[in-house]
Amino acid sequence: MNQNSNIEFISRESLEKLQLSRLKETLRRVYSFSPFYKNLFKKEGLTPSKIKSLKDLPLIPFTTRKDLRENFPYGLLSIPLNDVVRLHTSTGTTGKPKAVFFSRNDINSSAELIARSMKMTGAEKGDVFQNMMGYGLFTGGLISHYGAERLGLLVIPAGAGNTERQIELMFDFKTTVVHITPSYALYLADVMEEKGFNPKKDFNLRILYLGAEPYSEKTREKIERIFTVDAYNSYGLSEMNGPGVAFECKYKEGMHLWEDNFIMEIVDPSTGEPLKEGEEGELVLTSINKEAMPIIRYRTGDLTYIYPEKCNCSRVHRRISRIKGRADDMLIIRGVNVFPSEVERILMDLPEVGRNYQIVLDRKKDLDKMKVRVEIKRDFFDGSLDHLKKVEIKIKAKLKDELMVTPEIELLEPSSLPRTTGKAKRIIDKREI
Amino acid sequence: MEEVEQISVFSENKPGKLKRVTEILKEKGINIRAITIASSNSYGIIKILVNNPLKAYQALKEKGLSVALIPVLAVEIEDKPGGLSKIAEVLKEHNINVEDAYGFVIQSHNKAVFIMKVEDIKKTRLILEGENIFLLTRRDLYEI
Repeated sequence: MNQNSNIEFISRESLEKLQLSRLKETLRRVYSFSPFYKNLFKKEGLTPSKIKSLKDLPLIPFTTRKDLRENFPYGLLSIPLNDVVRLHTSTGTTGKPKAVFFSRNDINSSAELIARSMKMTGAEKGDVFQNMMGYGLFTGGLISHYGAERLGLLVIPAGAGNTERQIELMFDFKTTVVHITPSYALYLADVMEEKGFNPKKDFNLRILYLGAEPYSEKTREKIERIFTVDAYNSYGLSEMNGPGVAFECKYKEGMHLWEDNFIMEIVDPSTGEPLKEGEEGELVLTSINKEAMPIIRYRTGDLTYIYPEKCNCSRVHRRISRIKGRADDMLIIRGVNVFPSEVERILMDLPEVGRNYQIVLDRKKDLDKMKVRVEIKRDFFDGSLDHLKKVEIKIKAKLKDELMVTPEIELLEPSSLPRTTGKAKRIIDKREI
Repeated sequence: MEEVEQISVFSENKPGKLKRVTEILKEKGINIRAITIASSNSYGIIKILVNNPLKAYQALKEKGLSVALIPVLAVEIEDKPGGLSKIAEVLKEHNINVEDAYGFVIQSHNKAVFIMKVEDIKKTRLILEGENIFLLTRRDLYEI
């Protein structure tokens, strides 16, 4: 495919034409299939035919995380269930997770975006790709896997964790490309050195994809230096595609968001008013190339801005900046999304736990540590250290099961946490990005 | 027979925590017979034997501490080699497990007290008494 007919390099006009036709088709489908969207449109007195241009999109209300949860599991499904071939759930949510469905075409188009993204950074047939993203319900592992295979890489489905085995695989099979969280990359380098390896020379690494948690330009430079690689920033979320929503090109200045698959808007997080290119706000995405579960105007909660200038690579897809933070209070711990409200819900379900708690986040040896400090209930204490230890283990297991992050638990005396007038300070984040 | 009671206080493992407890006891004129601390990382339990457990319990509770009254057995032993061994033998023979214990001397070269927490306190009492082992009463202990 030459550059002119390639979807990455078409004209803005052609791209927007494609966006509009895909948007219209998507709206027709969600309106006729999804009870949630049917209802939403009716409430607003809207029908898909009222959306005549891309400028009309803001007539449709936002879809939020809460909507996904309240309409769990099938409320947003837009095709018959027996055409669905894959279920994923989003990370770090509990009770009612966010279920995301894929049709066979959705799997293909998601994989295609990954393949396109990887190709953009120079990965090619002959590369050995060690996928360190978690496999399973989390989209990060499987979607990257499919994308890399599509591009023709040799894929090692290593999954997350087990650092020593990761190093062994990298060494034995001469891994050249890795998808990894930035904090784990730093940790990996430490372990390599401990084992007597030189991360610069003893491996064949050349490309690293970093994602799933916020990090700074300095951290990228550090990682590139330690491994002598090119490290590329990536962005994704389960609700849209999994990974591969936006990716950096070789210029490493912002991530090209694949506008043939998503329509992006940046809005003021408090008012929902649209912001201009270059202004920082919350990213709102509409999936326009999904069959099973397209989401219209989804509030991602991620803060970013759109680069107004065209990239030197001349791709038509506009770039977003690295994620600056969250519009809500979501925490990202080792790449897993954790909402303090979920922690609270889990704790308050335990009869031994008092009203007050605190979440302390720290980074030790480049790995995030989550400590939950919990006041025990006065009446619960029966003088037995054994019981306290059991409670500690119970709280830890409960949080780990539901959050997918293993916290350290510190039991506190009742009323011992500082209370400011009104709202207590629940989260202490000591991590430096 | 009313069992001897020990005060157990839940406490974070931090400087100043013991002072807070002993300060309250001092204010109420409560005397400490024995004290021991069991800790697990960031927290622990301060276990105290006092001359007036109920008063100590109420005073600590009023100040907002997590406190519990725990029935224990106070076994009198001779302060000489083999003193505790004799008790341990009886416990072993009757298959009684000691969950928690500590000891102190009340009259040097004469008497010592072995405080222990067991699962079935009534049964253990009967067994020990059957072996002619002397158990201190509340009064005995508080009037030391």
